[in-house]
Amino acid sequence: MATAAPHDPLLVLDRAEKSFGAVRALVDGSITLYPGEAHALLGENGAGKSTLVKILAGVHQPDAGSLVVGGAPVVFAGPSDARDAGVSIIYQEPTLFPDLTVAENIYMGRQPTVAGRRIDRRAMNAAAREVFARLGVVLDPSRPARGLSVADQQIVEIAKALSLNARVLVMDEPTAALTGVEVRRLFDVMETLRAEGAAVMFISHRLEEVYASCQRVTIMRDGRFVRTAPIDEVTVDEIIRSMVGRDLDALFPKTTTEPGQVVLDVDGMSEDGVFSDISFQVRRGEIVALAGLVGAGRSEVARAVFGIDPRTTGTVSVLGEVLPAHRPRAAMAAGIALVPEDRRQQGLVMDLPIDQNMALASLGRLATGGLLRRSAERKLAADWARRLQLKFGRLGNPASTLSGGNQQKVVLGKWLSRDPQLLIIDEPTRGIDVGTKAEVHRIIDSLVAAGMAVLMISSELPEVLGMADRVLVLHEGRITAELSRADADEDSIMRAASGLTSGATA
Amino acid sequence: MTATLPRPTPAGSTRTPVGARLGGLLRARETGIALLIVVVFVAATVKNDAFASANSIQQLLLGASLIALLTVGQTMVIVTRNVDLSVGSVVGISAYVVGMTFRDHPGTPILLGFVVGIAVGAFFGAVNGAVVTLFRVPSLVVTLAGLYVIRGLDGLLVDGVIINPQSIPRGFQRIGFETVLGVPVLFLLVLVVVLVAAYAMRSFRSARDLYAIGSNPDAAELAGIPTQKRVFTAFLVSGSLAGLTGALFVALFAQVDVTAGRGYEFLVVAAVVVGGVAIFGGSGTVIGAALAAVLLNTIDQALVSSRISGFWTDAIAGALLLAAIAFDRSLSLRIARKLRTQEGAHRDV
Repeated sequence: MATAAPHDPLLVLDRAEKSFGAVRALVDGSITLYPGEAHALLGENGAGKSTLVKILAGVHQPDAGSLVVGGAPVVFAGPSDARDAGVSIIYQEPTLFPDLTVAENIYMGRQPTVAGRRIDRRAMNAAAREVFARLGVVLDPSRPARGLSVADQQIVEIAKALSLNARVLVMDEPTAALTGVEVRRLFDVMETLRAEGAAVMFISHRLEEVYASCQRVTIMRDGRFVRTAPIDEVTVDEIIRSMVGRDLDALFPKTTTEPGQVVLDVDGMSEDGVFSDISFQVRRGEIVALAGLVGAGRSEVARAVFGIDPRTTGTVSVLGEVLPAHRPRAAMAAGIALVPEDRRQQGLVMDLPIDQNMALASLGRLATGGLLRRSAERKLAADWARRLQLKFGRLGNPASTLSGGNQQKVVLGKWLSRDPQLLIIDEPTRGIDVGTKAEVHRIIDSLVAAGMAVLMISSELPEVLGMADRVLVLHEGRITAELSRADADEDSIMRAASGLTSGATA
Repeated sequence: MTATLPRPTPAGSTRTPVGARLGGLLRARETGIALLIVVVFVAATVKNDAFASANSIQQLLLGASLIALLTVGQTMVIVTRNVDLSVGSVVGISAYVVGMTFRDHPGTPILLGFVVGIAVGAFFGAVNGAVVTLFRVPSLVVTLAGLYVIRGLDGLLVDGVIINPQSIPRGFQRIGFETVLGVPVLFLLVLVVVLVAAYAMRSFRSARDLYAIGSNPDAAELAGIPTQKRVFTAFLVSGSLAGLTGALFVALFAQVDVTAGRGYEFLVVAAVVVGGVAIFGGSGTVIGAALAAVLLNTIDQALVSSRISGFWTDAIAGALLLAAIAFDRSLSLRIARKLRTQEGAHRDV
């Protein structure tokens, strides 16, 4: 806004309230965004951040409170109102249309038209190409969105916001699925938008990102505004205390253990176009982390070891016994458990009760004479709910009623109840709030202390550095570095993840 | 971008061929069906050269016209991840109401016959659309119920009284048998509707909204697309076109009883799926679906002309349906693999 003084706020949400039935999701949602400023919104899961975002997006209508954009009070009846007011949202989960082209995804509902309101595809593709040029990326606007990597999907979302000339850009955990260079690229874009006078609101569970890129921080707890402060006036400890309402124990507990017998031995495993010549071992009592950028093939390696994805060459053996390729059942029988990265889609059946989810991997053991007893399921679930300190209403409630962290505990319980030799865990704490994060880390640590072998995939460097005994770094489907706990640091991992040690040049 | 690290974006100019090839493959569905029509036609002609006679070809086109017209509305509905199973019943009841209008009001203008048919169809389309969008009931259930309810209403209305050719004005019947340069008028009419719809589905924002809704309903909501309104419109169009089909049914056969349009819904859905419209929405074209309707009818007629049991028709239609679905599945797997290996190859550069 050219007429506004630099310190007039661009968007003010004041004491917004929102209830869903008896649940008060938002009691006091307040935030003030200034032009040219990146503002972090922090809080544990369930603190009401997402509800606040959806109010700004026009998806939810607040029960009370006021919203002012550009000095004028506004009421958003739907997402298009918010868009018209210059508020753009980038959601945690990309919201693309897989069947439509990249350009159509960007210009959905406002495609450039020619006479007779007909869509002008050529102009649309050209405009999309221009936006990508501004972002410094090369993407074919006419390809379908299906098959884009998460990072590229995020780019399409950003291109959408950019093409709208958004005055306010809200990003709900945009970096959760990104790593390293992708995150840096995102921040470059954020910087550009800020320089052009836009207000950016940013939600992240990674505090180091917040310190690196934001000027102001607002903290929420239990649906309420707690405090707003310039970022350089608060310490990490203060932030965590405000978010959690109490002091936290160490985020990364680490019991030193002596690695024992080799549990997993992967030798020369390859799959065309996905990964090649992967060899490594995991021993009892150690955590081996697979690090690397998104798309480097980390999850694919883990999935191939477990047998979900195919592998063409190489051997995988568990405790000396060679596993057949592409046979998850054989992997399970040999004592491998896999906690997948996407717990909603792959880890849980969201509509099934908590106890049935927990029992899902042990049905053979729980059945007598081919018939499943509910009481056996419930007993197993109750046992593991206690051991993992699960916070739940009733075990008969659907898994979807749990918070992200507690859902992750259910997935963990499901596999741990099989008493596995090797636990493969993909992004153990993605999208989980700080409090539960520490709990998950403590669970993993105690398992390893008891002699389990753990293969962990994580995009969060602090997690990798804090938890792993050894770090394998993947770059473009190859292992480019194997670092001991002593040698691993942010710099060495990032260099290997970017392929710098293998002689590639920028 | 001041980063000294190489950008990990797997994007690059190397992507264009995949995009282009993908477009090519999608277009290949229509060409593939057109080729199949030619193959079936040639094979049937070899077996019985009467198949290629002008009269036989006219019958071929006329026979496919009604179902082809219905595929237009059905495509619009299925693209939004819904389905309209009531179309056959709607054809039946609107055909009877059109016939009744002509019978009970001699001298009714021909054009009014179409208006009545479309109005009846639009009414039932609106009811379907309203129930699906307002009460958020799965369209499969709503329109299955509609299939039976409307069929029942039709039975009550007909009450054993068949509409005879004597009741239908000559001018109206001519639409069913006149030809222009040897091409049936009714077929030309349907062709115009198909082409207009095909153009609209590509070129208008509201039509692209339909694809968006079917491709990712949640994202469509977030993108500010009026999803309920669009889905309602799709059902309204499907109903209206079923009503128009009913009127053309009267023109073509000049006789209506309670069996009119019975079973059409399955022929239509089969044609739409064979024609490359994804049953879970998001993709597919009107042209492909309409061509598939012609293909299924050509197979039907070819078997009749070759004196092969009509039961084969059903078996072949079913087999084609399976083949179409298997083809779609393997295609999407191939594309996914191609994109993956290509990204891999690009990384190795």
